[in-house]
Amino acid sequence: MIELQDYLVLGALLFALGVAGIFINRKNAIVLLMSLELILLSVNINFIGFSHFLQDLAGQVFVFFILTVAAAEAAIGLAILVVLFRNRGTINVGDLDSMKG
Amino acid sequence: MQLVIFYIFAAVLLFSATMVITAKNPVHAVLFLVLTFFNAAAIWLFAEAEFLGVALVLVYVGAVMVLFLFVVMMLDINVARMREGFARYLPLGAAVALVMILEMVLVVSAPDAPVPAAGEPLPDNNTRAIGSVLYTVYLYPFELAAGLLLVAIIAAILLTHRRRPGTRHQDPGKQVRVRKADRLRLVNLPREPKVAPAAAAEAQQQTETK
Repeated sequence: MIELQDYLVLGALLFALGVAGIFINRKNAIVLLMSLELILLSVNINFIGFSHFLQDLAGQVFVFFILTVAAAEAAIGLAILVVLFRNRGTINVGDLDSMKG
Repeated sequence: MQLVIFYIFAAVLLFSATMVITAKNPVHAVLFLVLTFFNAAAIWLFAEAEFLGVALVLVYVGAVMVLFLFVVMMLDINVARMREGFARYLPLGAAVALVMILEMVLVVSAPDAPVPAAGEPLPDNNTRAIGSVLYTVYLYPFELAAGLLLVAIIAAILLTHRRRPGTRHQDPGKQVRVRKADRLRLVNLPREPKVAPAAAAEAQQQTETK
């Protein structure tokens, strides 16, 4: 029988992988976006697991809205990347220093 | 048996997620992310969230990942430069991930973790159940989400739209403002001279004799 802990541990592992991805791929903006997708997916797995074991539909509705927001975020993030590449010729995060931040 | 299949899907999910963050080629990373989403959808099916499992495959794999693939293939990425510092940051990333895993697993597997009691069993038809609350209880957030998507569409198009000089395109404002006098010119043509009556009679005689 699948337990709630199985879902939660899977979500935790996936979340940690996403965070590690942000740390080790700090140059490549596209892989950064993909790591964000992994993190959102782990959150969704947690929501679905709780929704199943508490028999509460609110968790699934919340996942629906997270998917919506994640899709919008991915679309705008990729659009920004395309504009960035057109203007600077690179998507290396280290090269984006024109504001001297 | 169910547990074994769950673990297989979870193992493939974690493996492909690891490949996403370590793959050399960004195209491979996107494809592994697709595999991750497929496995996540299978795991959601185990949790009886059928609608969301199908929606994940249709919306994420079908639309968002294809968008990622388009962008990755369109941009000319210098893979070697992107990999700079990979080995340097690997220990730090692994350490942070290990600490987070340790913390969360400790919290999750605590023996006396307070878990609320399960409510009423959900109806069997998952899609109908979600639809019936989505359009009643959550109608306002649903419309907000629709508005958000519209804003995202407009923002993405506006950001990537390129105005090139010298291209020929329509100007709808000009088209609407146009007047009849701008396009249409009435010309007074002189009438043709009348055919002489004698010539007309001759022509009739010729047709009769034939």
